[in-house]
Parts: sequence; C-alpha cells; structure tokens
Amino acid sequence: MIVCLLALAVLPFVADKFTVQLVTKMMIMAIFAMSLDLLVGYTGLVSLGHAAFFGLAGYILALSTPQYQASSFWISLPLAVAGAGILALAIGSLVLRVTGVYFIMVTLAFAQMLHYIFHDTKIAGGSDGMYIYVRPDAAIFGWRPFDLEKFGDFYFVVLALFVAVFIFLRVVLRSLFGQVISGVHVNDGRMRSLGFATFRYKLASFVLAGMLAGVAGYLSAVQFGVVNPDLLGWHLSGSVLMMVILGGMGTLVGPILGAFAMMLLELGFQSLTKHWQLAMGVAIVLVALLLPRGLVGLANWRTRAKEAADG
Amino acid sequence: MAETILETRELTRYFGGLAAVRDVSVTCHAGELHAVIGPNGAGKSTLINMLSGDLPSSGGIVRLRGRDITGLRADRISRLGVGRSYQKTNVFLPFSAFENCRLAAQSRLSSSMRFFKPAASYREVSKAAERALAMAGLEGREGATVAALSHGEQRQVEIAMTLATDPEVLLLDEPLAGMGAEESARIVGLLQKLTKDHAILLVEHDMDAVFAVADRLTVMVNGQVLESGPPAQIRASRAVQEAYLGVDSD
Repeated sequence: MIVCLLALAVLPFVADKFTVQLVTKMMIMAIFAMSLDLLVGYTGLVSLGHAAFFGLAGYILALSTPQYQASSFWISLPLAVAGAGILALAIGSLVLRVTGVYFIMVTLAFAQMLHYIFHDTKIAGGSDGMYIYVRPDAAIFGWRPFDLEKFGDFYFVVLALFVAVFIFLRVVLRSLFGQVISGVHVNDGRMRSLGFATFRYKLASFVLAGMLAGVAGYLSAVQFGVVNPDLLGWHLSGSVLMMVILGGMGTLVGPILGAFAMMLLELGFQSLTKHWQLAMGVAIVLVALLLPRGLVGLANWRTRAKEAADG
Repeated sequence: MAETILETRELTRYFGGLAAVRDVSVTCHAGELHAVIGPNGAGKSTLINMLSGDLPSSGGIVRLRGRDITGLRADRISRLGVGRSYQKTNVFLPFSAFENCRLAAQSRLSSSMRFFKPAASYREVSKAAERALAMAGLEGREGATVAALSHGEQRQVEIAMTLATDPEVLLLDEPLAGMGAEESARIVGLLQKLTKDHAILLVEHDMDAVFAVADRLTVMVNGQVLESGPPAQIRASRAVQEAYLGVDSD
C-alpha cells in the first residue's frame, strides 16, 4: 500500500500531462466508489442513485461560481459537500423506509427526478449543462497554497483528499458507528432487538456516503470545468456501482482497485476497438464469474494459498 | 408477593382469521422464573414476539413496571431493560463470539453515533461482553467466528448476547433447543442463578429442565391459557395431563 502511495506521489514528476490528468480522474472516481461502498458493502444498502449527490455537488460549484470569476475553494467545497449531505438527508429519510429491491428502485427514481429537474428546466443550462470558466481560487487572505488552474497542483489536492477519505473511512468503520452499520448489514432485525434504532444509523450512513460522493463530484466539476445532467444520471450511478463490485464490496481497497481497473479497461478497449463497450461487458461478466469477491478477492486468494502452502 | 415487573392483559394476536394468541394474561415477578409450556403451535413464540416488540399485538396490553409499553418498537423495549433470545439462532454469523457480544453490550451506551474513537477502546463494553460470554460458558471460544461454532455453541452465543445487554427481564425462547446434555445442564444452572435478580419468562420443551427451574408455569394450548400456577398445581392438573403432559412426556 505504501508503495502505491509513493508511486502516486512521484507520478507528476515523471509522467506527462495526459497521464497525470487521467490518474487525477481515477482518484476522483475512487473517492466516489469508496463513498458508495460505505452504503453497499458496509451498510448493506444497494443504491442505484448515488450519482445524485456527485452531480449535485458539481452543480452547486457551477451555480455558486460567478461568471468569469473564481469562487473560493474554501467556501465552495464545504458548500457543495453540505448541499450533497442535505440532499442525502432528504432522500435517505424517504428511501430508507423500504428495503431490498424496492430500495434500489426508489434510489434510482429519486436520482432520475433530480436528473430531469436539471435536464428540463433552465436552472443551469438545461440539457447542455453549464461551464465553470474559472476554477476555484484557494487563496486565504492573499496567501495561495496551491493553484487549481495548474494540473499538477490539482493532482496533489485530489491525492490529499483521496488519502484523507480513505483514512477517514477506516477510522469510522472501526468506531462504534462502524460496528453498528456492519451489524445492520448482517442482521438488521437482531440489531433492533438488541436496542439499536437502526433507521437512524442507516440514515447517518446514507448522509455520510452522500457527502463523500459530493467531495468527488465537486472535484470532478473542477477538473472538467463543466457540469451537465448526465452527472446525476443512472448511467453514472451504475458505473460506480460496477466499480465497487468489480473491485470488491465491503473493503476499502476494493472500490479503489475497481475504479482504477475499470477506467484502465475502458481506455484499453477504446484504443483497440470501436465496440469497446461490448468488450467491457465481457470483461465484467468474466470478473463476476471468476472472482465473486472482486479484484480484492484475487489478492486474498493468493495470500490464502500461500498460508495453506506454509501451514 | 414479589414485585410485578412484566405483565400482559388479554394479549391477542391474529394472523388473518387465526388467533395465534388469544386473551393471554401472564405476569413475571422479580426474582421469579415463569415458564410457558405447551405443544407446538400453541402460540408461545408469538407471545414472546409481542412482549419484545418484534410483532405488534392485535389487542390487549403489555405493562413493564406498570408502564404501558404496548406497541413500542423492539429497540425501545430492549432499552427499557427487556432482553430476549430467539428459538432459531439469530446472531451475526460472520463476526466472532466476542464481537457479537460486544455489539450487544454496545447497545447500552447512550448512543453509538460515535465516529472516531475505535470501538475496541471502550473498556466497559468489552468487559460486559466477556462477562456475558463467561456466564454462557464460552470461555476460550471468544475469538472464534460464530459461523464456525457448533450448533450448541451458537445457541450459547445467542444467550450470551441477550445477557450482554444487561436486561432486567429475560424472555428466553427455547434456550436449550439443540444443546448437548452438558451445555444444557450448564444453562439450567445459569438460569437458577439469574433468577435471583431477574424476572424471567422461559419457553422450553425440555420438561425436566422446566420443572427444575420454574417458580410458576403457564400452559398454553391453541393460543389460550389452559392453566397457570405453581409447578405442583400444574403437575397435578387433569386438564394439563390430558392436553399436553400425558401426550408429550414419554
């Protein structure tokens, strides 16, 4: 893990601009995938509407940025994350009343409603979306620790947030709260009979996941300088769910591997064939069949085999 | 007469047109073990499910220390000091025995909305979990994943979890089912010990165990109370012998 982190830290000094920007995008998607895994892999809530929080955070940045001027990074980021959190609180307090396949459907329905609100009204450019002409300014009282217009600086900001989210989730999962959501995942009914008001904990998990998705959505909007309704759509919700499953649910490393692997596969197949989506589908089916625990299962399987050989 | 802790008045539950439990009034006193016996389908588990809040009742009242708790959610009732175990083992299979009990003990903290301090550093919670495991006879098995334990040991985890919530009232649904003779004897001993400072409602099929520990018995048949009273009275009852003991105690 430390080797990977070092590799990420030196990358901008050795790689070209294209690679640096690609890895930036991968880390953003990895944050997004980790946030969804908190729901899917740890709390046992399969959401197909997670892009709603990702997209909304991007829109909040776009709408709070004055045209041709920069918004403050230190204000717009918390604003976007809080907005995503409030949306998650509103959606969560409704969708968590249903379970199983209905939960999947209702999360999808809410995200699609939001998608069409931005698609069919003129709030933020309708279906065309909206440009963010100037990236947020990181100046604090005249001192500017980094410049988001520089792709190298932006890379390190994303890297720092990526590591921070990873550590944050690791800590949270070991806390009392983390124990409760794991218990809810395994056996919700028994948690209630032990005295836990499980709804409250599921809602907290939903809000936390929404806020972290907001971090990713904000960063993505900064990187591309544009937001459009697709950022809220079911296609993106499905992609990020696929990343989580591909990498391995219920682990933190899994969604990271999944995000990196899926984007590399996409890129690889795109360079080989026009019908890359077909190849992508085959690859995902193969992983699902051969690695039921995702890419993380591959690593575990190797260590287990080694242990068996040693013992 | 000992203090009344938990009581029901004319508690009733319909499943469709079928009255699974009808007009059942039972009382649990402090320091007393009240056993509910009866053939399969008599409504014993349904009764416990209503007392614990797992199942809403169709009619009647449940009172805890005089307070009406009818219709409260299971988590509220649990926090008021009513702990239950399940007939069908209902635990967290992927977790270790210790983690199962730690989770149970954690439920007694005022809130688990604590996001940063590691759960393992709450010493009191861990101690309560260890105590409960020891009481249920699981010393040395704390670290084992529950899924890997024997059926009998899983039954012991079930009981240990209930104890880890430090309840005042215990609702035990066939705790001995599926246990070997040695563990059974151990749990019977534990029940006798626990009776001193708990009010216990026990549903159990093992008649030797029931008569060894019960201070009071209620016999249910077809959802209704056939007879209720001290063990000697139940043993002597003609109706009970015909309806239940005569057929079942071979």
